[in-house]
Amino acid sequence: MMRATVLAVFAAMLALPAAQAADPVKAAFVYVGPIGDHGWTYQHDQGRLAVEKAFGDKVETVYIENVAEGPDAERAIERFAREGADIVFTTSFGFMNPTIKVAKRFPDVKFEHATGYKRADNVATYSARFYEGRYVIGQIAAKMSKSGVAGYVASFPIPEVVRGINSFLLGAQSVNPDFKLKIVWVNTWFDPGKEADAAKALIDQGADIMTQHTDSPAPIQIAGERGVHGFGQASDMDAFAPAAHYTAIIDDWSAYYIARVKAVLDGTWESGDVWGGFDADMVVMAPYTDLPEDVAADAAAMVEKIRSGEFHPFTGPIHDQEGKLRIAEGERADEGMLLGMNWYVKGVDDKLPQ
Amino acid sequence: MTGFEAVVLTIVTAATPLLIAALGELVTERSGVLNLGVEGMMIVGAVTGFAGAQLTGSPYLGVIAAMAGGMALSSLFGFLVLRLAANQVASGLALTLLGLGLSGMIGEAFIGQPGLKLERIDIPFLTDLPVVGTILFGQDPLVYASVTLAVCVSRFLFRTRAGLALRAVGNNHASAHMLGVHVIRTRFLAVLFGGACSGLAGGYLSLAYTPQWVEGMTAGRGWIALALVVFASWMPLRAAVGAYLFGGALILQFHAQAEGIPLPSQFLSALPYIATVAALVILSRDRWTARNDSPSCLGQVFVPDR
Repeated sequence: MMRATVLAVFAAMLALPAAQAADPVKAAFVYVGPIGDHGWTYQHDQGRLAVEKAFGDKVETVYIENVAEGPDAERAIERFAREGADIVFTTSFGFMNPTIKVAKRFPDVKFEHATGYKRADNVATYSARFYEGRYVIGQIAAKMSKSGVAGYVASFPIPEVVRGINSFLLGAQSVNPDFKLKIVWVNTWFDPGKEADAAKALIDQGADIMTQHTDSPAPIQIAGERGVHGFGQASDMDAFAPAAHYTAIIDDWSAYYIARVKAVLDGTWESGDVWGGFDADMVVMAPYTDLPEDVAADAAAMVEKIRSGEFHPFTGPIHDQEGKLRIAEGERADEGMLLGMNWYVKGVDDKLPQ
Repeated sequence: MTGFEAVVLTIVTAATPLLIAALGELVTERSGVLNLGVEGMMIVGAVTGFAGAQLTGSPYLGVIAAMAGGMALSSLFGFLVLRLAANQVASGLALTLLGLGLSGMIGEAFIGQPGLKLERIDIPFLTDLPVVGTILFGQDPLVYASVTLAVCVSRFLFRTRAGLALRAVGNNHASAHMLGVHVIRTRFLAVLFGGACSGLAGGYLSLAYTPQWVEGMTAGRGWIALALVVFASWMPLRAAVGAYLFGGALILQFHAQAEGIPLPSQFLSALPYIATVAALVILSRDRWTARNDSPSCLGQVFVPDR
């Protein structure tokens, strides 16, 4: 009897952080950049704050920023798992292998990895269909452009970025089949100076719509200075160029993070893969500003069509640059093709760097 | 504005922060101190400059705040390596890390705010001249400051007594000390000058180039400035040539891409460093030039005997 009591007390002590009913669920976030980047990591942190707001003292959140992809990441993730986190969100592609490794050692902790493809019983993956938003801004671009040329500040030639470029141009071509797109690769996700220089070069060459797949507000700011228009990236960048900013594709992780933390609270969490777009509110358009009413209304209607599944940006016939038919008439690109996209659609004025 | 003018204008703005930071580091290194903390001082200058402009409403006060920020950080470096005779390489690297972290902390309140821009100065009549008008006379004030600075630093180093003393300290601190030059004080002033320039270069980024504050916005420009000093073989006017060359390579690469001319952009991103390696090779070709060009006491600790 005595022994059993001692054991019970001992067990209770061991399980202390989790066993108390009032004890909050601990959600940890591992970020690749600073929360002050006003882009990718900033938006993930907004998601974390939304979780705190939604659950109050039922949830405790912790985060670590500026974690390099590699051995450091494994240490950071492991530390959270060891310190009693119930769920750990790792928010960069390069955290994939470290997440899987740590997850093996902590089978009771739940892991969520953004933008990856490796899963396990306690590792789920999630990402967002930003290309849906790109189709919408492509249509806006073609309607608003006077020169018929848009500039695209691109980061790295990976499928995610190529998919965005294609989707943007498909949207633009649906309005103006001769619409031109000029692309500059800056080989970085984040360098305001370089992004600004690329934007200047594009505008100097006749682009009067600026869009980007890099993280700083520099390109839209340059667009504002030069009197042309453009779109924000990852977060609402209207403040940086009030007269130039039509809308922005916002990464909104709040709904997903709240849902997943709730699943942990309810004990219903399961591994899986979520690739959500407008339908999951993971991709949201910023308010339409400085646009004629009909253009804004059309854009909103297109968002609804994509959300309901009535329309898919990659609906055939779609030809690549060499004129080869990639998606047949009436068909939609399958997930595999979208995830591995390494070809340009017809009309892109650039050679894809290999 | 013609295409040519537009290209030259962008090259000048891309080169200016590199030039300002390189000139500061050049003077520091000429005095025999190697400060690898340029990146850190730049980013602190960027954030204090931005903060100064936001809080006072004047981008010019922002410029002063940027210089003050860089100087504050460099005085810490000066204390470590000159007073405490700490290792310069390690202290410089630590300074960069400190600057990156510190700037994030200071800048937290300013994220997502559009900044105040240093406006271009238009000089009546001259700005309206064809072709050269906007290039020569339609820039923001810091561009003029950077060119003036290059000329002044060159004159100071090679045409003044104080400049001679500074070079003497950098080339042979023991002899300079014997001759009654205050080695530590000279070096400390050179370090402060370097800090002010790095801060100013950072301020140029957050006030003129891309008027905003985001963490890590210097994105390695401090390291390019360091490379530039070596590339210029410690000569101010060569540093100016190098800065415009590096800026030019970057901008022309973007224009080539937008025109659809395939250039290996990764190679061009690496160009400043490759050019620096090449310059080093040429410099060390024979011993005489090598000794003549680089400050002999660079990175060496000096402790005056009592």
